[in-house]
Amino acid sequence: MKVPPQDNRIPDRALAVSTHGMTMRFANFYALRDASITIAAGSFHVLLGENGAGKSTLVKCMMGFYRPTSGQISIDGQEVDIPDPRAAHELGLGMVYQHFTLVPSLTAAENLVISRADAPARIDWKTEREGLAAFMEKMPFKVPLGIPVGRLAAGEKQKLELLKQLYLGRRFLILDEPTSVLTPAEADELLGMVRGLTEAGELTCLMISHKFREVTAFADEVSVLRRGEHVGGGKVSDLSTSEMAAMMIGDKELVRPAARLPFIGKPVLEMAGAKAPDRSGLKTIEIDGLAVKSGEVVGIAGVSGNGQMELMELLTGQRPLEKGAIRVKGAAYRASREEARRFNVRYLPEEPLKNACAPKMTVAENIYFRDFDFLGGKTQFWLDGRRMKQEAGRLVGEYKVKTASLNAPIASLSGGNVQRAVLAREFTGAVDLLVIANPCFGLDFSAVAEIRARIMAARNAGAAVLLISEDLDEILELSDRILVMSDGHIAYETPAEGADIGEIGRHMAGHH
Amino acid sequence: MTDIGYWGVPLAILGGAIRVSTPFIFVSIGECITERSGRINLGLEGTLVFGAMSGYAVAYHTDSAWAGTLAAAFAGLLFGLLHGWICKFPKVNDIAIGIALMIFGSGLAFFFGKPYVQPVAPDLPAIPLGFWSDIPQLQAALNVNVLFLVGIALAFAASWMLKNTRIGLTIRVAGDSADAARALGIDVNRVRLWSTGVGGALAGIGGAYLSLYYPGSWNEGISSGQGLMAVALVIFARWSPVNCLYASLLFGGAGALGPALQSVGISQGYYLFYAAPYVLTLGLLVATSSAGGSATRAITAAPGELSITK
Repeated sequence: MKVPPQDNRIPDRALAVSTHGMTMRFANFYALRDASITIAAGSFHVLLGENGAGKSTLVKCMMGFYRPTSGQISIDGQEVDIPDPRAAHELGLGMVYQHFTLVPSLTAAENLVISRADAPARIDWKTEREGLAAFMEKMPFKVPLGIPVGRLAAGEKQKLELLKQLYLGRRFLILDEPTSVLTPAEADELLGMVRGLTEAGELTCLMISHKFREVTAFADEVSVLRRGEHVGGGKVSDLSTSEMAAMMIGDKELVRPAARLPFIGKPVLEMAGAKAPDRSGLKTIEIDGLAVKSGEVVGIAGVSGNGQMELMELLTGQRPLEKGAIRVKGAAYRASREEARRFNVRYLPEEPLKNACAPKMTVAENIYFRDFDFLGGKTQFWLDGRRMKQEAGRLVGEYKVKTASLNAPIASLSGGNVQRAVLAREFTGAVDLLVIANPCFGLDFSAVAEIRARIMAARNAGAAVLLISEDLDEILELSDRILVMSDGHIAYETPAEGADIGEIGRHMAGHH
Repeated sequence: MTDIGYWGVPLAILGGAIRVSTPFIFVSIGECITERSGRINLGLEGTLVFGAMSGYAVAYHTDSAWAGTLAAAFAGLLFGLLHGWICKFPKVNDIAIGIALMIFGSGLAFFFGKPYVQPVAPDLPAIPLGFWSDIPQLQAALNVNVLFLVGIALAFAASWMLKNTRIGLTIRVAGDSADAARALGIDVNRVRLWSTGVGGALAGIGGAYLSLYYPGSWNEGISSGQGLMAVALVIFARWSPVNCLYASLLFGGAGALGPALQSVGISQGYYLFYAAPYVLTLGLLVATSSAGGSATRAITAAPGELSITK
């Protein structure tokens, strides 16, 4: 069997890593100030903090992406210099990023082999495949090695990212919100495996997370950052979640989801016999008898890659319907701008920067997309710059979008602020149907609470809400009725009240 | 000349496929390697013309067609490296630079090539694979240039390289995801620089074939857009070197249809058949693109970093 040869300098066991007085200054803004964190060998350490608290900056300094303004890193008590990521890798430090770093057109096997520093000049696929098979044998989960990574579902990609780090023999692993794309069961499996490796003393893990459930279930210790400063931490067993939350957010009020008003009206969205090919073109998406009534939130749960993305695309008009019909308020609906305006249909797609924005246009222009040619029931020929500035300015204030100026390109905003800007655009005015997909993906929990409260408010105001989400907690929190999507169709339906989570999980996994 | 009647048409197509396709093979495989690394070099038309000129000139002065071919490859390499070097600067568009280099290469070739329109340089050698036959048309069709055989070998070698070597995988990583490449510690600009350089060198060889074998002389209209067509062939071939070979053969064969029909005495509308390669390519492109049926399916083989597919 062929194992990736270890660099001589990487020991065969977990590494202890600590930072001393890490400071990172951009112009006159401190992204990180005097952060000293110690991560013991073989521990599972979690870095908590809101968006922009400096977590990413800290780990980027550790991995050599940034040169800290001041401060040192030591590994196993010895001070080290990490000028670039390659140096970090040679010291045994690895990272699983929030975005995928796999190459989409290469197969999993090709991705693994090329990621090795000692990839042979001529690759003998027979021996490599044998070596990979032997390596996979020891791993608690499997990923298909022979198909291009671009065709794998998000969950599988994330597993492969982790497998890659282990394959490369890394002894200190930074995980940047690794479970945001996984189902609870998958997340538990993944983290349980990492936990096992840390307990065996083979790996030290530093995880960035927002999920307290994962922290309490798997982590040994936490460090909390707020506004670039290390404000506290300790053993997980000594801390309660409310103490950790208090450290994270300081003294700020959280928006609680509004109370649920009992209100069920007429059906707004209906899908009957709708059929379309999925992304790979090999399978079919079939949605029949889906109805969302005014004043209810229908949650669609499911493991990523079971057709939810395609369902969203059908509803937003990004994917042509092969058969069947989508009806809104009883009329056929083809998602044209005209129809969306007439029926007051609004969208909050996942990855809003890609699916709901023109990234290089300004914040004001992006917020103005719904209204730029329309005022008081009449179409307008000329663009009214002053009205745009006024309305965008008002919405930016109201939705607390943090931007340098209204004229900044929206792509320069952080993920949470892009989502707030889109929210401001889509939630303004009369809303009768709201179609939402993974609205809180990658956001910190105060932003999450705010977005969920807005969704509930829209529901209480009488909107029909279709919520497609891979986060089961979100579905359970917001929905009136829960549907489970599996293998391209709706496999299960239950009222949210008294829903059996085990049953939902079984249908998500495809066993029923 | 033996009269073989309408049999002359398929023979002419075979001969055309072998003769005309060679420059397409070299340019398209070169461009294929460049595009797999994530850049488009439209300048290959200029490189082809400059390769034809420099190859002819050096062959004339050294009296060796092979020295000319080497010189053309070297000139092409320099053109490719120039493209790769300019494109590494931020906010430089590879397509615009390609167009600039296309005009630059052609202009430079015309400028230096004036004295070489008249003189006669030695030809590249051909292998008479039709020796077993008495029919002169067949012998002519099977008179195969060495570079054609090299081109075939090159197509398979390039395919193998992209799949089975570290260099090949590195090129594909750089072409598919610059972020992932950087995370792997790959210097994306360096990979693209050399991929463009190799692409240029191959285009230079294609040019030498034009001036040193078929048509076999240097003049300013020698390429007539073949370099550009070869770039289009790469997209048609879905970025696979072996497909580039087949596409070039198809294109060369179809290109011989018009002259072949004319030679057997069809005088009505034969000029329409001169358009055969373009019509055929267009038809096949439409047919293969719509095979999936769904408009939302991207061209799956396209390198993700390519500026035309982004």
